[in-house]
Order: sequence, then C-alpha cells, then structure tokens
Amino acid sequence: MYTKKECVAMLLAGGQGSRLYALTQDMAKPAVSYGGKYRIIDFPLSNCINSGIDTVGVLTQYQPLVLHDYIGNGQPWDLDKIHGGAHALPPFQTALGAQWYKGTANAIYQNINFVDRYDPDYVVILSGDHIYKMDYSKMLAYHKEKNADATIAVQEVTLEEATRLGIMICDENMGITDFEEKPAKPRSTLASMGIYIFTWKKLRQYLIDNENNPEEDKDFGKAIIPNMLNAGEKLVAYPFEGYWRDVGTIDSLWEANMDLLNPNIPLDLYDPDWKIYSRTANMPPQYVGSSAKIENSMISEGAVVNGNVDFSIIFPGVTIEAGATVRDSIIMPGSVIKAGAVVEYAIVGEECVIGEYATIGARPESVTDKDSWGVAVIGHNLTVSEGKKIAPKENVTENV
Amino acid sequence: MAGKTKVLGMIFANMHDISVVELTKERTMGSVLFGGRYRMIDFPLSNMVNSGIGEVGVITKSNYQSLLDHLGSGREWDLARKQGGLHLLPPFGHVDSGMYRGRLEALYGVINFVKNSDAEYVLLSDCDVITNIDYTPIVEQHIKTGADITAVYAKSVITMEQAKNSTVFGINEEGRVTDVLIRPQISGDCDVSLNMFLIKKDFLQDIVLECASKSLYSFEKDVLQARVKEYTVMAYKHEGYYAKIDSIDTYYKANMEMLSTETRDKIFLEKRPIYTKIRDNAPAKYGIGASVKNSLIADGCIVEGTVENSILFRGVKVGKDAVIKNSIIMQNTVIGKKCDVNYVITDKSVEIQDFRNLTGSQYYPLYVGKGAKI
Repeated sequence: MYTKKECVAMLLAGGQGSRLYALTQDMAKPAVSYGGKYRIIDFPLSNCINSGIDTVGVLTQYQPLVLHDYIGNGQPWDLDKIHGGAHALPPFQTALGAQWYKGTANAIYQNINFVDRYDPDYVVILSGDHIYKMDYSKMLAYHKEKNADATIAVQEVTLEEATRLGIMICDENMGITDFEEKPAKPRSTLASMGIYIFTWKKLRQYLIDNENNPEEDKDFGKAIIPNMLNAGEKLVAYPFEGYWRDVGTIDSLWEANMDLLNPNIPLDLYDPDWKIYSRTANMPPQYVGSSAKIENSMISEGAVVNGNVDFSIIFPGVTIEAGATVRDSIIMPGSVIKAGAVVEYAIVGEECVIGEYATIGARPESVTDKDSWGVAVIGHNLTVSEGKKIAPKENVTENV
Repeated sequence: MAGKTKVLGMIFANMHDISVVELTKERTMGSVLFGGRYRMIDFPLSNMVNSGIGEVGVITKSNYQSLLDHLGSGREWDLARKQGGLHLLPPFGHVDSGMYRGRLEALYGVINFVKNSDAEYVLLSDCDVITNIDYTPIVEQHIKTGADITAVYAKSVITMEQAKNSTVFGINEEGRVTDVLIRPQISGDCDVSLNMFLIKKDFLQDIVLECASKSLYSFEKDVLQARVKEYTVMAYKHEGYYAKIDSIDTYYKANMEMLSTETRDKIFLEKRPIYTKIRDNAPAKYGIGASVKNSLIADGCIVEGTVENSILFRGVKVGKDAVIKNSIIMQNTVIGKKCDVNYVITDKSVEIQDFRNLTGSQYYPLYVGKGAKI
C-alpha cells in the first residue's frame, strides 16, 4: 500500500557533466562538491524537504557509485520515510530487455511505475546541477492558481546570456506562447531554469506518446515542451528572482563557489529557516594554527590550517600546511596543500596531495596572453609532485 | 568485541553534576559542552561503539532534557538499532525505581533492563573523562585474570584540590586493587580511578539486588571499598591521553588542551572517531579583517574580528574589531563589535553587545550563564 502524495519530485541526476572534465571523471555531476561542505545535489534535495515534498526519485546513470553512497536512505535530508522518501532510480532490466535512459523524458518514462505508486496530482522535475534555494510549494500554488498543465520556472537574464539558454516567450499573463533554444536573436530574456511542474496525468500521456514516436528526441526541452505548446496545453512561466546558478562548467562552478564569499549575493547558507542539509563525516572542529592567516573564506570541520588562505572555499578534512598559500581557490574534501605550495585560481579535487613548493594556477594579471588564462583543475585522488608547476586553465587527470 | 564476548554499556549521565555546578545548572554532566562541538557523553558513547559495544543504556536522573535532545535515537553513534542500540533510562522507569543516590541504586532502578540484555559483561562508565580508549583489551584482561571487577585507572600527578573529587587506588604488584581511597586528603603521584568498571553481568545483578536489600547505594563505597578484600578487583592501566573534568578549572584547562595538535591527535583518531549530533551548520566564514590564531572553530561560526587561543562552538558570531582571547565561547553566542573578551567561558546563546569588555583570569575564568545578555 502506498499513500497518495499530492506532489512527487523527480530529480535528473544521471548526466555526465562532461564540461567539468577532471571533476566528473569518476563521479556524476550532482555529486561534485560545492560550498565548503555540500555536494550539488544537497540543494535540490534540501529544497524538496523544506518545501514539504517528501517523495523524491533520483534518476541516476553516469558513474553512480559516489552518488548512490551519498544519497543512501535519504536520512541527512530527512528523506528516510516510511511513506515516500528518497529513492535512487538507476536504469533497470525489464521483461522486454534493458536500456539506458535515452534522455530526460525517457528517464521519467521508464519510471512511470514509480510515480504511479504515489498517485500524485503533480510532478516536479528538477535537475541536479543547479545551486539555488527555492520554495517549490509556492511554485506549486502558482501552478494550481493558473490552472496550468505545465509551469516552468524562469529567470530574467541579460540579452547576451539569453543567446546561450532556453528562452520562453510569454504573454502578459506569463502564459508561454513560444520557446527557443539558444536563439541568436532572443525575443525575450526569460530563461528556463530547468525546473518544471507538470500535472501528472497530462505529462504521463505526453511521455507515452513521445516514447511511441521513434522520430522524436526523448527530451523535455526538445520534445515534451514543444509538443505540449503545439497541442495548445496551458504552459505558464513562474518568475523566480532569487539566486540561481547553473554549475555545469569549470568557470561557473568556480564562480558559484566564490559567490558565497560575496556579501552582495543573496545566497545565505546561515538562514535557520531554510537549511541546506548534507551528509557529513562528523569531524572535529577546524583548527587554525598560530602561523595561519585567513580572510574572506569559508572553511569546514576537520580542516587544519597553518598557512595563508584568502578568498577561498576549504572543505572538510583539508590540511593547509604552514607557508602554503591558497588564494581564490576551492580545495575539496581531504586534500593536503604542503608547505610552500601556492594555489591560485584553482579547483583541487577530493583527496589530493599538492607537493611542497608546487604552483597550481595563477592570477589573471600574471599572464600576458589572456586567452590562455583560466581556472586550473586538479581531479580527484591525485598527487602533484614537489615543485611542479600547473599552468592556468590546465586540467590534471593523472598524477604529475 | 573480543571474539563473541558481548558487553552491555551503562553510562551514568548525572554522576559528577555537582563538580561543575555552573555548567550543569540546566543540563547533566553528560550534556556539558566540550571541545567546540561535543558533549561529554560523546566520549564514552563513541568509545563504546568503537570497541564493538552495540547496546548501551544511559542512566539519567534530573535535568536531562538537553541530554535526550542530544542523543535522540542514537543514530549519530550508529546506535539506532533493532538489536541492542541506545536506551535512555530516566528514573521512575518502573514502580520500584525513583530518585537514586548512587550507581547501585540507579542500577537497581533499571535492573530489568540489565537482566533482559543477553550480554555477558557490563561496562560501567561516567561522563567525566575525555579520552579515546579501546575497551577491548580491558575485556581481554578481565577474562584472563578471572577478576570479579576490573577498574580502569591512570597514573597521574594530582593536586589536593583534584584529590578531593577523585577516587585513588592502591594497587599491588600483581595489578590487584588492594585499597580504595574516596576523596582522599593527598596529592602527588596517584593511581586515579577513571570511573570505568567492567563486571560480569550476573555478578553485577547479584550485587545490585543484595545491596538494595541492605539499603547500600554507593558502588564505590559499599562495593569497591568495603569489599576490596572479598572480591578480586583488578586494575587496568589506561596509558593514553585523558582529562578528568572535576571542576570549572579542570574543564577550562581540558578544553584549552584541545588546542594542542598533539592532544587532538590522541583524541580524534581516524579509526576511532568521536561522534556527535549533527546540526547541519554551514561552514565557518571568515570575513575581511578576521584574524584567527591557535583556535578551534566549529561550523556555522561567522568571524569578523580577532580570535586567539580560543574555542568557538557552532554558530558563534564574532563582530568586527572584537578581540576574543583564551576563551570558550559556546553555541550560538553572539559577540558584538569592538568587544574585548579574555579568559571567559560563555554558555549557550549568550549575547555580548557592542563595545563590552569582559575579563576573567587564567586561574579563574569568568563564566557567563546560558542565554545571558551583557
């Protein structure tokens, strides 16, 4: 017996995140560390429970080991429920054979049975690569009030940004009249945030029709949304004004981390009314030594800092030895920055060792050829040997 | 633990409440805050779990709301179990139990819980010792020596003041306890009891029932001391680091010792972690102009001033140009701009407003009670 749920969330977490290169070699993008003690998926999961949605299907496919371990039974997010809770949903075999998730729509299609068990009126579709705090219950109320078949969260962007995003063209009542993917000449500046609420009965039928049409892409943006528009269904845009960042690239991941250090950016992780939950390792408090110098940074438990840290995000269990310098950088869990090493404008993955006097990345003003500059990345579980120099924009995927 | 030997852990959360009376005004000894994010009970509880003890009873007496809140189902210690797990045992649990005066009476009040456990041995522990100890070798020694009771002690140089809150053993060359001195008038080199005892469950039950019938309530006085010749009480020497909290002074010192990397390396072991309740605070944030030296900072802190030789618990805020030195600042305390705080212990949720100046002394740190506004 399953209890009926008004709304069930389906979280698309199977993407490879190939534009994060070294950081997603052996873990899916939603499992990538963010913000000093979180993983990206903590944000949609915490938003769900904070919004009163206690049933979440997490669709996984690419490198799911870290992600599955991390989600576990959903307990850190209070999603270990007798009725509902978090469920990892990797692709599976059926009597008709086995197939991978062929696209975002197909992933939901293959799990229609999962959704049906809860007999929901609505389904919210989320993706696992965005950093934001959002009350989905408000969006659901809006969806009901507008009597919509589908509601798409949108955010006002600049004309230039609009050329790189999915753009919604709306009437004066926020009814969506047209939809363009990465338009050269945008007709609107309302960008889709990849957050959808559907009336389940409608979506269910569109998913089945989409599956039965071999010509179509099995994707929300490419098929389901255009199909619903063409059929005259009621699609509305839900304007969201809070902080929202896609962290699908190295630069955007770096920037979204640095945003946490900017007091003018409205992403408050200290708000007791909207906590972001995470699975933590239960480490002792961070120790800051006598030779340490820390400013403008976020540092988490279990870290031991004896060196200099400025404008950086330091994750649990990181060691920064005396005489090491970390500036404008992100150091992921368990990594060690040895004495004399200098890390600037870089992302160092989990459990790395940066050898003594190694140099990782550089400040933009220190290079003459601006095109060759970018954030340097060291993948997970790697060692950079003593005195080694890693150039800006370099992506290190093996021990050097 | 030691093959298939099953051990039941029994923790006395309220013992020694009286020795840090300031801190236990609104809580038990077990729920006194320690080391930036812990409570005293985290140490015996984690030690038991790390030694393979999967069933633990926590005996409380009074003031235990914070303790219940902290322990919950025991999940953080991996003790939310169908078999065994964590059991909170407040007084008045059944018709015969009530306010107790000592360990024996407390155990008498929960004797059915002890009886129903299928463990062979019982490990008794108080919450006054900060240490990382493996109980496995104690069980091994207990079995090997055929002892009735094994008592854990440490060699230590103590002051008269500390002796007043201690039990000291006389131990012969075979390691047998021959003398038990409770609150002695001595100082210097002593074999100090760490208030951890291993005993066969059936034997413990017999003692508890027999003593109850004679109205004897003190395990130390009426059993250990009175029957030291009758029973074989063997001593187990704990060699590792430990700190015994028996006054606000030793509490302050033990916290400050956590600033030593050497000490932390002996307490926070990767293989035997100390667990505590998770509060989902964001990482600590250091603002422009922050300066932090030789300090422990917990998650959720926002530091914009200077912090030296201090311990900041979770969610503490230090305002711009404030200077905190040699202090213990507990959970959710807010320290305003340009404050000067030296040798101070603030309890939870204290508010120190801008420009305030608070100074205690090294030998007598100033204590500010829970929720005070200055």
